[in-house]
Formats: sequence, C-alpha cells, structure tokens
Amino acid sequence: MPFISAFDVIGPNMIGPSSSHTAGACSIALLARKMMPEPIAKVSFILYGSFAKTGRGHGTDRALLGGIMGFQTDDRRIPVSYELAEEAGLEFRFIFDTREEDIYPNTVDISMTGEQGFALSVRGESLGGGKVRISRINGVDVDFSGEYSTLIVVQKDKPGVVAHITRCLSDRGINIAFMKLFREARGETAYSIVESDDRLPEDIIKKVKENKYVKDVMLVQA
Amino acid sequence: MDFKNGAELLKLCRDKDARISDIMRWREAELSETDISEADKRMHKALSIMREAAEDPIKDPRRSIGGLIGGEAKKLRDHMSSGKSLVGGLVSRAMAYACGVLEVNASMGLIVAAPTAGSSGVVPGVLLSIQDEYGLSDEDITAGLFNAAAIGCLAMRNATVAGAVGGCQAEVGVASAMAASAAVELMGGQPEASLGAASIVLMDMLGLVCDPVGGLVECPCQQRNAAGASVALTAAEMVLSGIEPFIPFDEMLSAMYQVGRKLPAELRETALGGCAATPSGSCFGCGKR
Repeated sequence: MPFISAFDVIGPNMIGPSSSHTAGACSIALLARKMMPEPIAKVSFILYGSFAKTGRGHGTDRALLGGIMGFQTDDRRIPVSYELAEEAGLEFRFIFDTREEDIYPNTVDISMTGEQGFALSVRGESLGGGKVRISRINGVDVDFSGEYSTLIVVQKDKPGVVAHITRCLSDRGINIAFMKLFREARGETAYSIVESDDRLPEDIIKKVKENKYVKDVMLVQA
Repeated sequence: MDFKNGAELLKLCRDKDARISDIMRWREAELSETDISEADKRMHKALSIMREAAEDPIKDPRRSIGGLIGGEAKKLRDHMSSGKSLVGGLVSRAMAYACGVLEVNASMGLIVAAPTAGSSGVVPGVLLSIQDEYGLSDEDITAGLFNAAAIGCLAMRNATVAGAVGGCQAEVGVASAMAASAAVELMGGQPEASLGAASIVLMDMLGLVCDPVGGLVECPCQQRNAAGASVALTAAEMVLSGIEPFIPFDEMLSAMYQVGRKLPAELRETALGGCAATPSGSCFGCGKR
C-alpha cells in the first residue's frame, strides 16, 4: 500500500476545473515535453473519449498546451496558453476524436516535432485525481507514471541490452524501483523503462548509449 | 506512525493524548521523511490559496467557462450584509465561500483539491467561516486542515473519493465529513466526536449521485458544495451538543463505498443521468442557454 499524504487529500494545488481533465492533462503534456531531447517546434494533440467530448469545457486543451510549454498544474498561465504559445511561435493543432469508442475515456495522443526535427509521439491517460500514466511511445505500448525518475531506453530487441542498462545503473549506485520491458515484435524496437526512487544523473544517457543496440535514451526526472 | 481505519486513529489519539490534527502532522513528517515545519509550511500555502479562491469572487465575480455559474458568492454575501440572512452569519459565510471556490475552479482559477476539485469548496467554506466568526488564528485553521486530511486519507484508503467510482457522496460527501471533523476539533470537541460528526455526514449524504450538467464541474456541483458545508456544520453542531451517531465512522465509510459501487454508470460522472438528463440539463449546449 503506497503512503497517502495529507497533501494528496488537501491538494494538489491546481488550476481548475477538474483534476482529471485539467490537472491530469497538464501533467501528461509536461511528461511528454520532458521526453523530448530538444525544444518543441510543432505539436498536435488528438483527444479521445471524455477528453474529446467535454475537453473544451474543462480547459483540457489549454492545460495540454500549457504542459507542453513546461507549466506545472498550478501555473496561472494555463488559461492563456493559446496566446502564449502563439507568442512563442509554437505551432499547435487539436483534434477532438469523439467517434473512437474502444479506448480509455481520458486519453490523448501527443505528436511532437523538435526544432532539429526529432519526432516523438506519446499516448497519455488521465486516471483521476491528477494521477496519469504514459501508455504508448511511438506506437509501442508502455506503462509509466512519471512519479518516479524514469529512464526510457529505445533499443533493438537483442540479448545483452538489458544487462548493459542495469550494469550502467549499478555502476552509479542507483537502486531500481521498477523495471519493465516492452517490444514491438521479436528482434524489432523495444523499450526498457526503469523507474528509480532517486534522481538519475544526466550523464547516464551517454553511458547507456554506448551499447550499439541502443537507439535512444530519454530521462524524465520526478 | 500510521492508521488503517478510524478505530486505529482514535487509539493513537488516546495513547498519545493528542488531537487528530497532531497525529496527522506527525504522521506526515514521519512518512514523507521531512520535518514538521516543512509540512506546516505546505499547509499554510494551501490555506492561502484556499482563502484567495474563497474571497476573491465575493469582490470580483467571474463567469465559468461553461457559462452555467458565476456571481453566486457575491449574491450570498450581499444578502447576508443586508441583514436579511435566513440562516445567519456562520452558515451564510460558509455557503458564500464554498460557492466562491467553485466559481474560481470553474473559471480556470487556482484552487486546492480537497479532496477533489469538484468538492474543493466545502473544507475552505466551513473552516474560513469558523475562523471569521470565532476569530481563530491561521495556526488553528491549518491544524483543522490536518484533521480534515486524516478523514480524507481514510476515505482514499478504504473507499474512494472519485465521483466516477462512488458518485458525489464520495466527493462532496467525503469533503463534508472532513470539514465536520475539523470543525469539531476547532470548537474543542474530542477525537471521538470528530469521527462521530464525519459519520453523521456520511449518513446524511449517502447515495448522492454525480450527475454534472454537460459533464462540467459547475451545476449542480456548486450548490452541492454550499449544501455540503451546511451539512458539515449541522453534523458538528449535533456531536458538540452530545448527540452520538448510532453507526461508527468506519462502518459508514464502508457503507458509502458499497453504495457507490452499486450506482449505475449513468449516475457516476458520465453526465447521462440525474440533473444532467433532465430536459434542461440535457439541453445544455443545444443553444437555449
């Protein structure tokens, strides 16, 4: 049983009106932003289920755009995120898909393109009370919450890659809280998701990348 | 130091000769591995956000994004100031503050979820009105918030505070139970009386469904926050008069959860039943309003 803090009850401090549709949306986009290795030039959001049906009335779109610009859930700039994104020259687009039924009710797909052309698409789900999870990266099903510092390794599904990752971490004295492995198909792209109680050192990215089967490494600090 | 249910919380209070708020503060510092002053600082910050959200709309009313609410806090305060209040200062103030917080929430302002955004008006409504009427300090009110947090914590652990899972009884119901417990402690009641008041609230609000018009956190959410504040004060008044609830808090919390699980999906935040499915409610967005 995880520890329920007094501030899980009296909190979070947040821009209204909804912990799932506003604060949760902002948190998903903030996580997506943290996964990008370079500043975001272009972003598109596809909203599904209840996000698509009632998103505008809950400011879900403004919260998503705020999160992409790095705003926390209690940032008073969230209501004016459209204006701020335009000022900053960020290109953005929203699609409200009210027809898709076979999907978790509060889901968003975020496709980002960086200033140098790096492209990343992320699916996030808002679970209620401001809790969220990332459920897909570039079309591959994954699962992490961002509550822990998280290392995301994009690799080829080959023997020895996971051993390399855990060695890099143990060499730095990092304790792994959770580790999960996801893959497209045998021998294809795989994702290792490592969650740690401690903040992860930034140079771990370079270290993990030394393995020839590792394509990319992302680090999301809690 | 931790407690799994209300009975264990009361035992801790007896063993340590402490208030519920003390136990919750000590627990917070211990389990989050910080010191008490850090926890107090965070609670003071929460109180300052609550106060701003409760008071601002009384001076400066605002329209919600969905357009269903706005200006209720000011109307209530003007009515009280005119000397014509039916329910008197304490209840009228609590209602105005509760409505104000929901007005800020529905217009994308900054609030503290307590325990949720949709029920964020009840706890500040009750605690700030008591502070006004009885001249209590901010330290008193933050202690009240820790007391309220203990009740909310038990609801999150042993039941639910999500309207989508348990209906409005799990949101405004739990918020009102939290506020009632805190109110009792602030007025000098014993820990047993705090839990008794929380139990009475759960009895009073048992079965309340979550049926937001248009799926928005506006109507009937705002009225229910004001009503929840007055139910909390009613329950606190009862136990402070020496009335004891027949059913203990832990049993009522379990009953609330079981009732919530039995509610059909239409009555759990889907906007398909109750107020949302009335002719006026379901017409929202069809151009009439």
